[in-house]
Amino acid sequence: MVTMTQQLPQAEVPFDVRTKHFHWDSFFFAGLTGAATYLILAILGVILGVVIFNGWSSFTWRFLTGGTERDIFSVENAGIYPMIIGTTARVILMTLFVVPVGVVTAVYLTEYAHSTSVFTRIIRGAVNNLAGVPSIVFGLFGAGFFISFVGHGMDSVLHPGDARGVWGRPAIIWASMTLAVMTLPVVIVATEEALRVIPQGLREASLALGATKLETIIKIVLPQALPGILTGAILAVGRAAGEVAPILFTGAAYYMRSLPHSVTDQFMDLGYHVYTLSTQSPNIEKTRPILYATVLALLALTLTLNIVAIVIRSRMRAKMRLL
Amino acid sequence: MQSDPKSKRSIGWMGLARGHKARPVEWISEKLIFLVSLSAIVTVFLIFVFVAREAFPIVFGTVNNQVTQKVIPAADFDKLSPEELQHYLGLSPSEFAQKSKDTLTLLMELKEEAAKEATKDKDAAVNTVSWRYILKPYQWSDYDKPEYIWQPVSQISKFNIVPLLIGSLKVTIIALLFSVPLALGAAIYVSQLAKPRVKEIVKPAIELLSGIPSVVLGFFGLIIMASVLQSLFGYQSRLNAFVAGIALGLAVIPVVFSIAEDALTSVPRSYVQAALALGSTRWEAAWKVVLPAAIPGVFAAVVLGFGRAVGETMVVLMASGNASIMSGNLFDSARTITATIAAEMAEAVAGGPHYRMLFLIGALLFVITFMSNLAGDLVMHRLKGRLEGRR
Repeated sequence: MVTMTQQLPQAEVPFDVRTKHFHWDSFFFAGLTGAATYLILAILGVILGVVIFNGWSSFTWRFLTGGTERDIFSVENAGIYPMIIGTTARVILMTLFVVPVGVVTAVYLTEYAHSTSVFTRIIRGAVNNLAGVPSIVFGLFGAGFFISFVGHGMDSVLHPGDARGVWGRPAIIWASMTLAVMTLPVVIVATEEALRVIPQGLREASLALGATKLETIIKIVLPQALPGILTGAILAVGRAAGEVAPILFTGAAYYMRSLPHSVTDQFMDLGYHVYTLSTQSPNIEKTRPILYATVLALLALTLTLNIVAIVIRSRMRAKMRLL
Repeated sequence: MQSDPKSKRSIGWMGLARGHKARPVEWISEKLIFLVSLSAIVTVFLIFVFVAREAFPIVFGTVNNQVTQKVIPAADFDKLSPEELQHYLGLSPSEFAQKSKDTLTLLMELKEEAAKEATKDKDAAVNTVSWRYILKPYQWSDYDKPEYIWQPVSQISKFNIVPLLIGSLKVTIIALLFSVPLALGAAIYVSQLAKPRVKEIVKPAIELLSGIPSVVLGFFGLIIMASVLQSLFGYQSRLNAFVAGIALGLAVIPVVFSIAEDALTSVPRSYVQAALALGSTRWEAAWKVVLPAAIPGVFAAVVLGFGRAVGETMVVLMASGNASIMSGNLFDSARTITATIAAEMAEAVAGGPHYRMLFLIGALLFVITFMSNLAGDLVMHRLKGRLEGRR
């Protein structure tokens, strides 16, 4: 078994020392597949480069903190403060919904369930499928379930006389819940990975000292898994922050005069604003600077979150390898 | 501990009768944790039910949007009983209860106007949301031959979904043709041919690519790639299925790469070592030994990539041009299922035929992606089991 885990000597030059043969096929195809790899990296570089290069000059403090004026297309006055607030608020709300449910589900799957039972397989299948549902279908679900079913239902109980309704309209809370449903698999998968690598001995030691299963999970297992849970939460936030399709009909607004005051208000959103600026602008050449600056802000937000998650995860994996 | 399985002490119904060892908090929390863990199953179920619920009346043919019906003027609103009104507007009882008086009057006025405008058009008597008109071509008045037409906002709304299916298919195929070779090449390179250090750079970078929001990829396709590709290939319409497909490919690459790379890496190293010991070159080992062993994983990667591509919204909404025309030409504008839902949902009256049609194509999309995800997951699961020697 030792040989299986050993790394093969990775020769960059495909040259067989014993037979003195140069392996032309390895040389050629390593070049070809390598070219594919570096082309992908180059595309990533071009996207980031173009956005940073064109957006940097308009990416000012005033741009980030202004923008409550009526004309969202004016290059001089436009800002993205309301969008940053809206996106942040919906993402924080979403985290409150998704992290508890995701973590508890992962705890059930790793600590309580039998890994071979039919039931566990069904839950896993559901999680996998949830991860593959198109984002626009989540948008339809949010409109059909949260707004027309739950929202209208709440209105008919809480505000029977109010014809316009309070809950049965697109709102920041429904957008957050839709996104929470969408990012549930991300949190579950990340937490499960973190729980799985915790040595069984830790649990056994805790149980042997007289702790109950619940105490073991709360005081021993979950604290150990904290980096993994954090990774999952950050990945979920990074994914949700840039999503536009699920919030199109569940809460995002084209323009709002004021910031959202309660969870039943609509909100302006960074990603939706990118869509608005690139497709609805009366003069695309003129509004180009603010478009690039808005994309830059969105990319900075989502990519920072992703990088933080990747770093935490790689550190966690390195630590777990030592255990 | 227990040598004889039959001697296992009964702990009563759901573990209630555990005697002195009963721990109510433990018991309750275990059941609660179990209930919460059902959320994933419940959600998938709810998604299907609530998307399909809005589409059911069309599926079962109980919606009728013929323009020529007996028209009741909106002024007579008070003369109708609620049942008559509900039937006249074609609403279900729950929908009817949710709507305010103003909305109902508005719906009546809309009907009245539509009837006025549809003069002596023969199409006015057509129920365009029945299956015959959703799937088959029909010769509308002013057309020379039977055609497939999606045109929900017009005097006679036309809801043929075939152009949308063709649009989705075109864009998806281009995206896969662009992304699968690149992503597979990169997966083979990273897992088999490159130094380990390359892997440490490439894998996070491709993860970063998957972290780019689709609205940004759509922006990139619309603002930058559309012009660059047009000057390269010199086609006519600036936004088309080709541009959207390439931009969409950027969203598919990380999916295909990570699954294919995972499958290739999970092939035991001993396979490669055996191949090299028998005198094969490094490429022969990768191409003729590792790839065939991992081929179900590669298949799963492509299938899951297809699921991602067919369901992606913002990229195609922004870069495909959104004209619902029947054309096999890849350089023509295309309208996909997802973009149609995103673009038209805002203007569709809740509960109306258009609204229901959008939910119908949404349900169709859900079923398509559900099937492809299921297939991909099953194949990947089996492959892992086989390579790890469980089967």
